[in-house]
Amino acid sequence: MPSKGQNTRTIKVDYLARVEGEGALHIKIKEGAVAGMQLQIWEPPRFFEAFLRGRYFTEAPDITARICGICPVAYQMSSVHALEDALGVQVDGPLRALRRLIYCGEWIESHALHLFMLHAPDFLGYDDSLRMARDHPELVKMGLQLKKVGNQLVALVGGREIHPINVRVGGFYRVPTKAELAPLAERLKWARDAAVKTVAWVGGFTFPDHEMDYEFVALRHPDEYPFNAGRLVSNRGLDLEVRDYEEHFQEEHIPYTHALHSVLQGRGAYFVGPLARYNLNFDRLPPLAQEAARQAGLGPVCSNPFQSIIVRAVEILHAVDEALRLIESYEMPDAPAVKLEVRAGAGCGCTEAPRGILYHRYRLDEAGLIQEAKIVPPTSQNQKSIEEDLRRFVTGHLDLPQDQLTWQCEQMIRNYDPCISCATHFLKLKLEGE
Amino acid sequence: MPRKRRPKLAVWKFASCDGCQLSLLDCEDELLTIAGELEISYFVEASKAVVKGPYDISLVEGSIAAPHDLERIQHVRQISKFVMPIGACATAGGIQGLRNFAKVENYIPLVYARPQVIEALETSTPISAHVPVDFELQGCPINKRQLVEVVSALLQGRKPVVSPHSVCMECKMRGNICVQVALGIPCLGPVTHAGCGAICPTYQRGCYGCYGPKETPNTASLSAWFSQRLGVTEPELLRLFRTFNAGAEPFRQESEAHDH
Repeated sequence: MPSKGQNTRTIKVDYLARVEGEGALHIKIKEGAVAGMQLQIWEPPRFFEAFLRGRYFTEAPDITARICGICPVAYQMSSVHALEDALGVQVDGPLRALRRLIYCGEWIESHALHLFMLHAPDFLGYDDSLRMARDHPELVKMGLQLKKVGNQLVALVGGREIHPINVRVGGFYRVPTKAELAPLAERLKWARDAAVKTVAWVGGFTFPDHEMDYEFVALRHPDEYPFNAGRLVSNRGLDLEVRDYEEHFQEEHIPYTHALHSVLQGRGAYFVGPLARYNLNFDRLPPLAQEAARQAGLGPVCSNPFQSIIVRAVEILHAVDEALRLIESYEMPDAPAVKLEVRAGAGCGCTEAPRGILYHRYRLDEAGLIQEAKIVPPTSQNQKSIEEDLRRFVTGHLDLPQDQLTWQCEQMIRNYDPCISCATHFLKLKLEGE
Repeated sequence: MPRKRRPKLAVWKFASCDGCQLSLLDCEDELLTIAGELEISYFVEASKAVVKGPYDISLVEGSIAAPHDLERIQHVRQISKFVMPIGACATAGGIQGLRNFAKVENYIPLVYARPQVIEALETSTPISAHVPVDFELQGCPINKRQLVEVVSALLQGRKPVVSPHSVCMECKMRGNICVQVALGIPCLGPVTHAGCGAICPTYQRGCYGCYGPKETPNTASLSAWFSQRLGVTEPELLRLFRTFNAGAEPFRQESEAHDH
């Protein structure tokens, strides 16, 4: 064992808690500087892109949903958009509105889970939300009920909360009636008030001082806060069609992790997720959400990832408000799905998962069988930013006691709401002979 | 009388999507009650705090798909009184079990950027292939009501009520019209374990078997029905049985019968 001088410190977290999936963190500090930094993801690879080959295109939304139990709708949305692109069809009107509605549900449940159960305990000094509930039962109950409203939306439109069964290429298998949606509007009105309270509550937390000059990347749509559509933009001038994604973003295989790191070509790390969406689309938020953000002390741009908890609360409020609007204006479509004609082709899609942009590309043969699939989840895109954040944070806070520094490093990782199960699924494989 | 010690619950994760353990957190109305009856002692996704084992109940999510997990599952068995695999990954190897059907010689020379650092087993297998298990809860994902039922039954010292019958029973109880008979949509309901509430037929699509095989399923007869009456082709039959529960014995045999 190497001797440990006074100038060497190690921060080691073997099991990162309150993140989805399993990973570890090792940081080595030498002479007041970070000498080594590894965010290790050792979830076993699951090889989705390999076994999607040879499956019929209609199976993709069901299979890719299983990449993540927390954001299955995101995988279903990106896959159906990519496959519709390959087949040359567009889904509009009430079917498009229903897709936005189910996505609202997923944002609400996923953000409420992260905010109340995984992230808030950090700010209030608890190990978990159940312990937090002993002192703050009403807040935790409110969080659980908010999460439930999101789950109810997903379950009504999608059939069930986890791995919904109703999403299909071209639309849905069955669409809800207006009467079926109505009772949810009542729950959503309660949720709107609860979300306003949540924004105010988390706005009152104390945030470590930490701002960096990130390149934020998100979708941007002419008149909506983005879910399923838009151009890919950044705060440093990136402005592309989704189909140009792979010309600008590249994946690197790093030896100590089972997830690929994604970088912007020639520019390096970038940042996706709620903070990026908010910073690039503040003007697309409804007045209610903008006002709540201002009251909580946020301007139109926020560069402190610790404050992402406020942004998640603002996005819950937006998603609740949008869901109400969608339900009020819903008219049942004539058919649950548009007609598809199977043909050979390739297509791609990118939507805003709760954790950021999720890119899918598929190539089909003339029988509709998948020949090639590529999936880039948000957590792998954020991995490099997380490491750079940690490096900067640790360097600036070496005076903190070990326990506190370790905790804040974990908290820094949780700022990104990383989904390690997602990040790991996609180790790229190339079959021999290609 | 002194209050009895609360039983200790641990939640373990192997190769999976997190969805089945999320089902526990999705019990929005019951979670705080459950946390009052049980000491949630090890649940990394939800808590930083770890209470040392041994544990009374271990819920195990995920399949065994990486070398270091071979030892870890033995450890889980050793320190747990009651081991319950939850979900298709833990009970059948999951969707990642599709690798078990690939030609391994094609998988070995798969070219990664750095193949030497990938730690994956050639197969993905259920927990029961490695250690004795006490009760299995099927489903991709599991049903949270069934999870609450099994945990409650354990606490009360009674047998859990989880019916092994088919999705068809649930479908009839919901009053659905059979999508297969009336609409000609192939449906795995007759051979699939109940528990989901027959949601697919309720949403006008055929069951795709995510709850795995029911007790004594007649898969061959269903396949014959599909091909003779509905014109389902051999490759389609193979894909129908080879999804999330591809490794469950009756489904594995049936898919292999159509693997030409």
